Amino acid sequence: MEQGAELIDVLIVGAGHGGAQAAITLRQLGFEGSIALLGDEPYLPYERPPLSKDYLAGEKDFDRLLIRPKYFWEERAIKMLVGRKATKIDPMAKTVWTETGETFHYRNLIWSAGGSARTLQCPGAELEGVHTLRTRRDADGIKHALSNTSTVVIVGGGYIGLEAAAALTKLGKSVVVLEAQDRVLARVAGEPLSRFFEDEHRSHGVDIKLNMSVKRILGGPSVTGVELSDGAVINCEMVIVGIGIIPSVGPLIAAGAAGRNGVDVDAACRTSLPDVYAIGDCACHPNEFAEGRPVRLESVQNSSDQAIVVANLLSGKAAAYAATPWFWSTQYDLKLQTVGLSSGFDQFVIRGNPLLRSFSVIYLKAGRVIALDCINSIRDYVQGKKLVEAHIHVDPADLADLDVPLKSWLECLAS
Amino acid sequence: MSITVSTRSGQTLELEGRTGLSLMEVIREGGVDELLALCGGCCSCATCHIFIDEESLAKLPPISSDENDLLDGSSHRNERSRLACQIPYTADLDGLHAQIAPED
Repeated sequence: MEQGAELIDVLIVGAGHGGAQAAITLRQLGFEGSIALLGDEPYLPYERPPLSKDYLAGEKDFDRLLIRPKYFWEERAIKMLVGRKATKIDPMAKTVWTETGETFHYRNLIWSAGGSARTLQCPGAELEGVHTLRTRRDADGIKHALSNTSTVVIVGGGYIGLEAAAALTKLGKSVVVLEAQDRVLARVAGEPLSRFFEDEHRSHGVDIKLNMSVKRILGGPSVTGVELSDGAVINCEMVIVGIGIIPSVGPLIAAGAAGRNGVDVDAACRTSLPDVYAIGDCACHPNEFAEGRPVRLESVQNSSDQAIVVANLLSGKAAAYAATPWFWSTQYDLKLQTVGLSSGFDQFVIRGNPLLRSFSVIYLKAGRVIALDCINSIRDYVQGKKLVEAHIHVDPADLADLDVPLKSWLECLAS
Repeated sequence: MSITVSTRSGQTLELEGRTGLSLMEVIREGGVDELLALCGGCCSCATCHIFIDEESLAKLPPISSDENDLLDGSSHRNERSRLACQIPYTADLDGLHAQIAPED
């Protein structure tokens, strides 16, 4: 063992939602060993979702995003080692190295490092004024530059891109969204939801260009425009790239952990390395709501619930990850709530009227409800969640009938 | 200005209220670990479910249909149930007592 390095009972890499929750739950369960969190950002754990929503729109200060106040961590003897990026691990010596050469020894390691925003590879991608939106620093960089910005080109029509489009439109910016596929949200939602959001954004003045990618970014040193795949040029002062994340698992994989899409874990969030667990955005886990297939979920729900599983295990209690996936997004006055995992659906039903801006897309596979995307329709979300959990067969025609509450299916089941 | 909060683990804490925050944020800032408040207060989950003392209940803003529907998802809902994130903290609420609802 290297001299001077501390032995930590539970070392958590990543100070996001997952890392914070793991530490909180360990103490709640009475874990008395030492706990430390290594975070690559220089901040205490904070909520990431508002960065593309109310924080970006200037409606919420950073202080209100803190998951817990500073004294909370001190009181519970949870050591916050922020501003340190873990770059190497030795699973035999049970040691983690940081970028600056600090070393930490662990008995158990929880890897909750999330991911880094994927960047563009085209010419001009490094110009000043090209942003990603994953961290507080990213969001502050965007906010800081807004006073000199009238037009923003957003690359990527996923949740981050669309939420940013809504927030920036609210701030009076002219916004263009470029989506490489033939619809927005193509990776995560069914076509009716994509078309609905495209219409909503267009009605707020957002220019959505589908089947369109970036050939190069123009300017120097600052962005002056974007040249599109069709040769057209859009003049702009800012580009926001929202094209997904790359799971931050390099040191684990280099140390021999299995994983191709993030790091592989079992139902107890164990990686293939001894006493190394992984949770959150970077953990590729078997998910009951995907028929047991390995999936990687990027959500607060997933990181928090997996954190609770690992905290239980490390406190000597049996636990396995089986939580129902849910997710939310807010854009303008629209509240989207999703439950279950829709990938692999073979049929969908629209319940309610998209023109009234309150409806749900219900996804089925082999006659069972596997997921719902609910727009301004919390009741269907709440009741639909139970349908997804019950894995029961339903008649699709009846699902569309607003006079039949979704919970009536469960009452049938109970009787 | 203070409120009291009873936790699931049986502790009772006296917390300083602060206007401009929601009751959820007051409880979270007060260091209560049981309140998950996963969605950060945008009325998208129900992980800040609390029971409010009867007297204070009448002083609260009415429950919205969104909050009502979310609470309906909890098997522990009763007539004193609210989502803490939907209650702006005001001086009026001095003396309020909140109990963290059981986990669903």
